[in-house]
Amino acid sequence: MILIWMICILLAGGILSWIAARRSPLLAKWIALLTVTADLLITCWLFSFYQAFPDKTSWYINHQANWIPALGISFHVAMDGFSHVLLLLTFFLGILAVLCSWKEIKEKTGFYFFNLLWTLAGISGVFIAMDMILFYFCWEIMLIPMYFLIILWGDARRRYAGYKFFIFTQVGSLLMLLSILALYFVHGDQTGKYTFDYFSLLHTAMDATVAKWIMLGFLIAFAIKLPVVPFHNWLPDAHGEAPTAGSLVLAGLLLKTGAYGIIRFVLPLFPESAVAIAPVMILFGVAGIIYGALLAFSQTDLKRLIAYTSVSHMGFVLVGIFSFNNIAMQGVVMQILTHGLSTGALFVMAGMLKERLHTRDIDRMGGMWTSMPAMGGIAILFTMASAGLPVLGNFIAEFFVLLGAFANYPTFSIIATLGLILSAIYSLRMLQKVFMGQQHFTEPVKDISARELVIMAALSISIVILGLFPQPVIDTVQHLSTIHPLLHE
Amino acid sequence: MNELQLSALLPFMVLAMASVVVILLIAFRLSHTVIQVVGFLMMCLVVFATWYVRGALPQEIPPLFIVDGQAAVFTGLIIFSVLVIGLFSYIYFEEREENPKEYYILLFLATLGAAILTISQHFISLFIGLELLSVSLYALIAYLRNRNNAVEAGMKYLVLAAMSSAFLLFGMALIYMETGSMKFSGIAEQLAKVGSTPLFLMGLGTIIVAIGFKLALVPFHLWAADVYQGSPSPVTAFIATISKIGTFAMLLRFAQSIHLQQYPLAVTIFSVIAIASMITGNILALQQRNLKRLLAYSSIAHFGYLLVAFLPGNDAGTEAAIFYLAAYSVTLLSAFGVIILMSSRQHEAEELHTYDGLMWKRPIIATVLAISLLSLAGIPLTAGFLAKFFILSAGVHQAVWLPLIVLVLSSVIGLYYYLRVINALFSTTVSAEAIPKPVHPFFHISTYITLVIMAGLICWLGIFPSLTLEGIRTFLLLH
Repeated sequence: MILIWMICILLAGGILSWIAARRSPLLAKWIALLTVTADLLITCWLFSFYQAFPDKTSWYINHQANWIPALGISFHVAMDGFSHVLLLLTFFLGILAVLCSWKEIKEKTGFYFFNLLWTLAGISGVFIAMDMILFYFCWEIMLIPMYFLIILWGDARRRYAGYKFFIFTQVGSLLMLLSILALYFVHGDQTGKYTFDYFSLLHTAMDATVAKWIMLGFLIAFAIKLPVVPFHNWLPDAHGEAPTAGSLVLAGLLLKTGAYGIIRFVLPLFPESAVAIAPVMILFGVAGIIYGALLAFSQTDLKRLIAYTSVSHMGFVLVGIFSFNNIAMQGVVMQILTHGLSTGALFVMAGMLKERLHTRDIDRMGGMWTSMPAMGGIAILFTMASAGLPVLGNFIAEFFVLLGAFANYPTFSIIATLGLILSAIYSLRMLQKVFMGQQHFTEPVKDISARELVIMAALSISIVILGLFPQPVIDTVQHLSTIHPLLHE
Repeated sequence: MNELQLSALLPFMVLAMASVVVILLIAFRLSHTVIQVVGFLMMCLVVFATWYVRGALPQEIPPLFIVDGQAAVFTGLIIFSVLVIGLFSYIYFEEREENPKEYYILLFLATLGAAILTISQHFISLFIGLELLSVSLYALIAYLRNRNNAVEAGMKYLVLAAMSSAFLLFGMALIYMETGSMKFSGIAEQLAKVGSTPLFLMGLGTIIVAIGFKLALVPFHLWAADVYQGSPSPVTAFIATISKIGTFAMLLRFAQSIHLQQYPLAVTIFSVIAIASMITGNILALQQRNLKRLLAYSSIAHFGYLLVAFLPGNDAGTEAAIFYLAAYSVTLLSAFGVIILMSSRQHEAEELHTYDGLMWKRPIIATVLAISLLSLAGIPLTAGFLAKFFILSAGVHQAVWLPLIVLVLSSVIGLYYYLRVINALFSTTVSAEAIPKPVHPFFHISTYITLVIMAGLICWLGIFPSLTLEGIRTFLLLH
């Protein structure tokens, strides 16, 4: 029940801040901030449930209510360690998203926060929905507000980016819907019990060809969201044109729903087919790592550059998931978290730079260190994180993924390791172009404000903590090895 | 005809009386407002009569009619739509000064025609219903004859509808020649004995042409955009909802009676038509800058989707189709309601740029339009999504994969133009059009309230469909 309340708080907060903005925009901001903070606190508090629960591998919160009983659709939400970690990430980045739009959004404030909170509601719904139709609803609900965030508060090419984002993801969603229905009928015809419940559908025996096609429907939807390389086309545009908080949510959370979907649905529902398709997916993953890194290197638009680094980093996630290895899987979860933090931080920084310089072109920046030493220092931290240096969380994540993948796919992991070198190259280039070198801007630029410092400090502390003490996270997702027969030490 | 049979026909008799009452009111020179209110009450009476006689269902009135649960559901939908359209008509025609009184006679006659289609089980009653509907529509379409495009649209509809009637008659004649019966059940019996012959299939084919024309399916869709654009907006809403609901109800009953889906040829033809409609409708809508034309093409695509539910020919398909029609009519009516509210005396609010920045100027009706467009696009939390979901689910169960894949991909194309309208609504450049001052505050406000209720209904159907589904199921059991 508490899970439903969490989503309801976000939905209600969104409506409230829309109404409140008519009185005063400031009130709307505070309402949004308080709502997300409340959710973060609830999620932290839920850790006590987790601690109290004897069996660390299972679903310690599970709530089911009737919705459309005639079709076997129920309102089923549940949470395990994996969902919990993702929810924490959602609300943590949610707070930062509210904070970083504090000054940036000057018009239609109420509607902006409405959309932001509803996107967050959709995302958190995705992470806890255990009914396929409920999952699909949430999957779509996070899409529409995001679309509005892009087309209303985005940059010059926002219309184009918005269409592309919406249409790409919608193709995947609808194919997934077909797959969900096919699965529903396959299961129903076998057992006589027609239901969309995740736990019932888990044990559906299927013909290999049928399973392959149904799995492909799911996989395409998640691959577009992740994004896997041939489907990544929407990402640079959407990330580049979205407002800062939009990019933060897109990179930090929306991409993670793709990874979550593969881990939660594709692997357990279609174990054999997933194994069969694994080499192909690893190939795609490695291609994504290299291709994303190369393209990131050649970008001159700061936000597009960061967007392509996401493509590269998500390649690691794909490789990790499909190497079916417990260490790799732990690396994947770490990567989901740390990429959310580090890339989110880079996007926030790009937003701050844009606020000050009114450009995203790194050729027009340069020498910013002299006027903004504090921001430069933080930028170094996060570019290092993105490049995967030890002490920072990303190192653990990528190291685990490569270590896990090496056992089964040595060649591929060696190629993927090249991605780490490439990432150092593009990160350093970005740092050098923006903060070092010739100074292009003569007018004085303010260094970061107290509010911005809070945002960046929160991100920096968390990424360092994740780098030094990853064990708690690894513990909470230990049970992922039980959802898949092939996952073992 | 016994008492029960007579009572089963009660709603239809009340509906027929409505036109007569309006004629009398006009003869006594009563005002538009009185006619409007009396018309509204008469329609409420029809609803009440349907409710009153529900215990007597199903009732066969041989040889022409059968009043069963399915007919009741479709009639209910038709009456609901005409209630809303009648309300919208008031402010629309009052703005335009032309004498709108005779309009209501035609409106109710056309409704009667559509209602008769839902209960007919005989070629004669079918033809009478269809002609009643068509002939009233000729006049309705060209009702504002001084306006641009009105007469053109009326003529187009007249010529093509007359031709389709000819096709229909020819098809009926062929089938009659082969089977010796005009009653659907008689035809079915004869077919079971001798099987289908080439002549019968030819007759079936020509009937499909006529139905395809009425439902504006590709390749019989050429009239749709022009007629939608040229007719007064309430009439466009009428064509898009009631006329098509009636025709589809008739198609459904005919198909059920003769087990149409057991003829592979017929299924192939319908699949091809469905696929062509979905693709053509969505592609042609892409570049439209006129909202009414856009909705015309989108409705072509939507009836393509509907045919996918019709293809399996089972109960799930019928249920899905009825839910789809309900969701579609509510959605489309609210979209047209917004167009009507936006229209002024000088011009029809059909150009897309009229809607630029409407969200910041008139947030309520802009929200209604946005919700109805999202519903047409089939986004979750709206009725349109669940409607599409039921169709997909009926199709997946019967494994009609090709139409399903086309449905999915073409509705992605469709997203683009719905998003374009939504983009216009949220655009930052606010269109300079002044908000017209309402001439009739009472009707203006009630139209507003209706629109808000309809938008709520779209969301309600999209989130809690259980009640509606159960209702449809209980009614469908009455046969």
